[in-house]
Amino acid sequence: MSKQPRQDGEVESGLSMSGRPKRGVPEGLWIQCPSCKATIFRKDSEAKFNICPECQHHFYLPAADRIRQMLDDGSFEEWDTNLSPCDPLEFFDRIAYQERIVKEQARTKMKDAAVVGRGYIRGRPVAIGITDFAFMAGSMGSVVGEKLTRAIEAATKLQLPLIIVSGSGGGARMQEGILSLMQMAKVSAALGRFHQAGGLYIAILTNPTMGGVAASWALQGDITLAEPGALIGFAGKRTIWNTVRLELPEGFQTSEFLLSHGFIDRIVHRKDLRTEVARLIDYCQR
Amino acid sequence: MAKTISLPFENDICEMENLLSNLETRSGKNHPAEEEIRRIRKELVALKRLRYGNLSAWETVMVSRHSDRPQFMDYSRLAFEDFTELHGDRAFGDDRALRCGLVRIGETKLMLMGHQKGKTLAERRECMYGCAHPEGYRKAIRCMKFAEKFKLPVVCLIDTPGAFPGIGSEERGIAQLIADALKEMALLDTPIICVVIGEGGSGGALGIGIGDRIAMLEHSYYSVISPEGCAGILWKTANEETKPKAAEALRLTSKHCMKLRVIDEVLPEPLGGAHRDHKEMAGTMKAFILRSIRELKQLRGGLLVEKRYEKFRRMGEFLETTV
Repeated sequence: MSKQPRQDGEVESGLSMSGRPKRGVPEGLWIQCPSCKATIFRKDSEAKFNICPECQHHFYLPAADRIRQMLDDGSFEEWDTNLSPCDPLEFFDRIAYQERIVKEQARTKMKDAAVVGRGYIRGRPVAIGITDFAFMAGSMGSVVGEKLTRAIEAATKLQLPLIIVSGSGGGARMQEGILSLMQMAKVSAALGRFHQAGGLYIAILTNPTMGGVAASWALQGDITLAEPGALIGFAGKRTIWNTVRLELPEGFQTSEFLLSHGFIDRIVHRKDLRTEVARLIDYCQR
Repeated sequence: MAKTISLPFENDICEMENLLSNLETRSGKNHPAEEEIRRIRKELVALKRLRYGNLSAWETVMVSRHSDRPQFMDYSRLAFEDFTELHGDRAFGDDRALRCGLVRIGETKLMLMGHQKGKTLAERRECMYGCAHPEGYRKAIRCMKFAEKFKLPVVCLIDTPGAFPGIGSEERGIAQLIADALKEMALLDTPIICVVIGEGGSGGALGIGIGDRIAMLEHSYYSVISPEGCAGILWKTANEETKPKAAEALRLTSKHCMKLRVIDEVLPEPLGGAHRDHKEMAGTMKAFILRSIRELKQLRGGLLVEKRYEKFRRMGEFLETTV
């Protein structure tokens, strides 16, 4: 098993920064904030939710740290840890998908990009799902689709509020081809039923949420929250440029852009997420 | 036969077709060339069978994009009657890349929708080459709801390279509208029949692709990403060498989609592709639609939506170990 549910409540701070290199996370004792360019002491940022203390830029946050920040200590019970990806297409590019999976698993200590389970947010029981950008850019293949679907079905059955935190750059995972595309349909159908059963689904969008993930479960919440400055959209910037050859407006496809265009309810600072989600759950309690 | 634009792998087929049509127009009955004509006809059939029986993935993509391939508007006339288009999304505009309307097949009344790519340059510009904006999907959702209210089966003809990647499209929430469409289709209480008639490109295709019966025309493709997009990501550049490699790797042909259990049926195309005989293709599609409706009408009292859920619930492949 690649990942043990954290039940003992013990936390080592900054698992993100410990040992394994991650995309988008600079290494070393000191790091430079990509937004304000300030040189910051790594531990300072880690102690403050992986946020730049100078400009509040939100760094990448691994799923394990997200759980620690969102849920009550030791309350997380992980579900479906026994699912791992296979290679139905026998996909081969520069390296075989099989090989890529093994490498990503070794690097991230995860079996695939999603972590699901249940826990408590300030004493309120919830079902939670998270996609982690570190594993193949958080893209959705069959395992991510299946784990989310199972979590949604469980939340429906247990009548739990559902929280899904997205961090998916690529959207649907290319290496699993059409089966990845169909995960969008599968998860959406499960959410449709959850919705019909009267469940509350709070979607939390983090940097980045793109493509097929944005075009399915990430934007199907009763309430849609986003962290500040997250990249959220459908088509990648290069694709758009190749199609329309127009200069993209300032702040295009950011949380702020989506808020002003009416697609998300609130932008919430990472340190306030827990409180906000708890409050929203209370509003929807019958 | 009208002159078709020949694809690189079928130059010899087109040459032979031209030769044949020349001979046929020139000669009457009992002409000395009659024997020759018969011989060429036979050879032509054999050649087409050989070539089209063994298309590579990239060749399939080329056929699916053939400029003479029948499109949504062709089928609306050839496979259906009385197409009555319904315009507008009631919020922003009328997307010409995604058409909706009421149709009949004999006594059977239907809601028909699908992507239209356009044939002339002006038409293609109007239709954005079949790339729909948020408005298109909003209109589609509206028309599906309408169909549900009046118990009309919905038929979706999919033919798009993908949803439109542009500034306006993002500003008006293309991801949101596709997400909405997926959820609505999953719950819609009326039969939905989807046919990929050309390009089944990514989220733009899936946005009208959640059906109780899903078919692909033999030489169409259905993929999570275009071969060009895939090649660009994997090999940094999409060229004549990488595009076929990407198409192959993506397993995007009807045969593969059938094997991956993503579709229910492959509809055979006329020999040499749908572009060679629109009428025959429309006939095959019509028969499939009528048969599907007959089957789906049997499912009552929530069973239809239940079965649709199970259908998509099963999709995907992964390993599960016992803990």
